[in-house]
Amino acid sequence: MSPNGSAPLTKQIVIDGLWRNNPVFRQVLGICSTLAVTNLVLNTLVMCVSLTLVLAASCLTVSLLRHFTPRNIRMMVQTLIIAFYVVIVDLALKAYWPEMSSNLGPYVGLIITNCIIMGRCEAFAGSNPPVPSLIDGFFNGLGYSALLLAIAMFRELLGMGTFMGYAMPYFATHWDKWIIMVMPPGAFFTLAGVIWLCRSIKAKEAKGS
Amino acid sequence: MNMTSELWAALVTCFAAVFTGNILLSYFLGMCPFTSVSREVKTALGLGCAVVFVMTSTAALNWLAYRFILKPLELEYFRFVMFIIIIAAFVQFVEMVIDRYSPKLYYNLGIFLPLITVNCAILGASLFMVIRDYSFIVTVGYGFGSGLGWLLAISAMAGIRQRLANDRIPAGLQGPGITLIIAGLMALAFIGFAGVLT
Repeated sequence: MSPNGSAPLTKQIVIDGLWRNNPVFRQVLGICSTLAVTNLVLNTLVMCVSLTLVLAASCLTVSLLRHFTPRNIRMMVQTLIIAFYVVIVDLALKAYWPEMSSNLGPYVGLIITNCIIMGRCEAFAGSNPPVPSLIDGFFNGLGYSALLLAIAMFRELLGMGTFMGYAMPYFATHWDKWIIMVMPPGAFFTLAGVIWLCRSIKAKEAKGS
Repeated sequence: MNMTSELWAALVTCFAAVFTGNILLSYFLGMCPFTSVSREVKTALGLGCAVVFVMTSTAALNWLAYRFILKPLELEYFRFVMFIIIIAAFVQFVEMVIDRYSPKLYYNLGIFLPLITVNCAILGASLFMVIRDYSFIVTVGYGFGSGLGWLLAISAMAGIRQRLANDRIPAGLQGPGITLIIAGLMALAFIGFAGVLT
């Protein structure tokens, strides 16, 4: 592929992953394993970095192996590839950051069944060359992370008055803390709000163009 | 531990998994089918029953595999791969058995079975059982309770959504948006169960 030919394609993949086809509010995929840790920004950040790495690496591998994978067992092969990277991430976290690993509990392992990874591998990486697949995986991960980090920031600030564990000026002292925000219902409400906001903006955008 | 207290512990864990620690409403597992398959009560019930069955069996199978294969070999980190293979194989096996012996049941349940392999709640239950170090009987109770809790949540949601079908909802909130808000309200209600069991 010539550099000129691939440039608009890359740009399109990037915009698709970040906004136009954002995994969270467009496809509502893969929220299971990460929503649970959005009560603290730091946990979310670690989880999102892990997910993005696993997603990009799995997309690359699936794409590299796409000509050698028999069609009828491709799901199993993809799952094993994803599981392979998740094991690496899990072991690395356990070795270098044991507290974080125990904070995240089973959710790192649950990246395996996160539907956006499977979704991207199926929809894009399985039928595209390695480099675009890597870019697609990476930016889908980024688009996903951006939204979840926004949710986490909102929840931690309103629920505990802190940001990454540091007390924030107004919220830590005068703000009446919404404990419900750091509990499970807060995650549902915030995600619903974010989806509502993004879909409304998108609807307006579509009307404008 | 003697048998009676073990069974009691299993029962308590089972109730806790349904109400105080619902796998969907407090641990967010199984969200994807929850938002997409919760339009009709009948379908939701079918999928829910399949989840109860598969979750109980795979939690037990995974416990055995973890205790008798991975632990002695010190391959605990390999559990993700092991569990997912066991779950996929079990689902495939059940599908074939049902297809062979009960075409009627297959017709009702069969379409849901492939969906279950990618349901994170199934893998999640097995991972929780490892982290919380449950015994075998408690694991079976936990798997059953988690499945039941999921069934309860998805059928309640489907019932509410059927009622909502004709209501006017803001365009941006239709579909997943309103489903999540209802889930939030349900989670809020389930918090009321906290402290019932300690």
